[in-house]
Amino acid sequence: MDQGRDTMSMKAYHLVVNGERKSVTVDPSTPLLWVLREDLKLTGTKFGCGIGACGACTVHLGGVATRSCLVPVSLIGDRKIVTIEGMSRDPIGRIVQNAWVDKDVVQCGYCQSGQIMSVVALLKANRKPTDTNIEESLGGNLCRCGTYVRIRDAVKSAAEKLA
Amino acid sequence: MFSLLIALFLAETAEGLAAWQKIHSVLTSPRCINCHTATNYPQQGDDRHRHFANVIRGPQDKGVVALNCATCHQSQNANSTGVPGGQNWHLAPLSMKWQDLNDQPLTSAEICRSVKSRLDGAHLLKHHAEEPLVLWAWNPGRRPDGTVRTLPPLTRAQFVEATRQWIKAGTPCP
Repeated sequence: MDQGRDTMSMKAYHLVVNGERKSVTVDPSTPLLWVLREDLKLTGTKFGCGIGACGACTVHLGGVATRSCLVPVSLIGDRKIVTIEGMSRDPIGRIVQNAWVDKDVVQCGYCQSGQIMSVVALLKANRKPTDTNIEESLGGNLCRCGTYVRIRDAVKSAAEKLA
Repeated sequence: MFSLLIALFLAETAEGLAAWQKIHSVLTSPRCINCHTATNYPQQGDDRHRHFANVIRGPQDKGVVALNCATCHQSQNANSTGVPGGQNWHLAPLSMKWQDLNDQPLTSAEICRSVKSRLDGAHLLKHHAEEPLVLWAWNPGRRPDGTVRTLPPLTRAQFVEATRQWIKAGTPCP
């Protein structure tokens, strides 16, 4: 039994994460972020603020870039979850990750999982994003190292490869 | 006879205007007007401050790719995390704005004309009685600190009844 958990309120959930079926037994109010990190040990998704203000915890839920710190596991339903760990198997995700390496985007790296998840969502919907598109779509992803200029260059680089 | 008709008309108009004032009190409550902005962003909270996290309206009033409403708002309230939610969460279109560009409510007369211009009586009544995002105002969930969000000044039943009375009176505006 997990110490510190009230087993009376636990429920079983069956999730599809990065194409794999996973089962967890957790409190229904548990945010998806903590299910990913604590129960499934997918620690690429980061805890930043816990209130949806920083974007570090962004995953794709049913194809939508989603702040996993805000979504209780009880509201996920049958929507598929894709995390940063699944990006290397995503054609666009792979291109974006390579662009991140080519442009040496990362400084401390803490926010970059969320940045990449948002960028992949953007490029799936818009293969030729303008500077405005990039700034608006990434407006909720904060980087305290200030890598924004390199992020924009990498997004454009990835978009060129997708053209 | 003519004066009697005039008196009846004036009485009905007065009742209609009184009903409108009730409707107006709901429409301008934060639970409703926060998403009827004239700007490119929604508001939040009882003080109607600009929505945080650089959220913007977007081309279809649902935010932009990777930062759309559904990035945080689910199909129902998430009380454990304090995020309100409902089916098809989105901003009202600019054609239904009830504020000016300085985030101040339009006058009662302007809002009244805006409401009338969009929907006829039957559709307006249906909208007020059945639209999920309208109904959400009476089930707004909890804030992140666990307290319940402020409700509109009328109950849902009173709001629908006021709408019915206003329509019956010919939807008079101030």
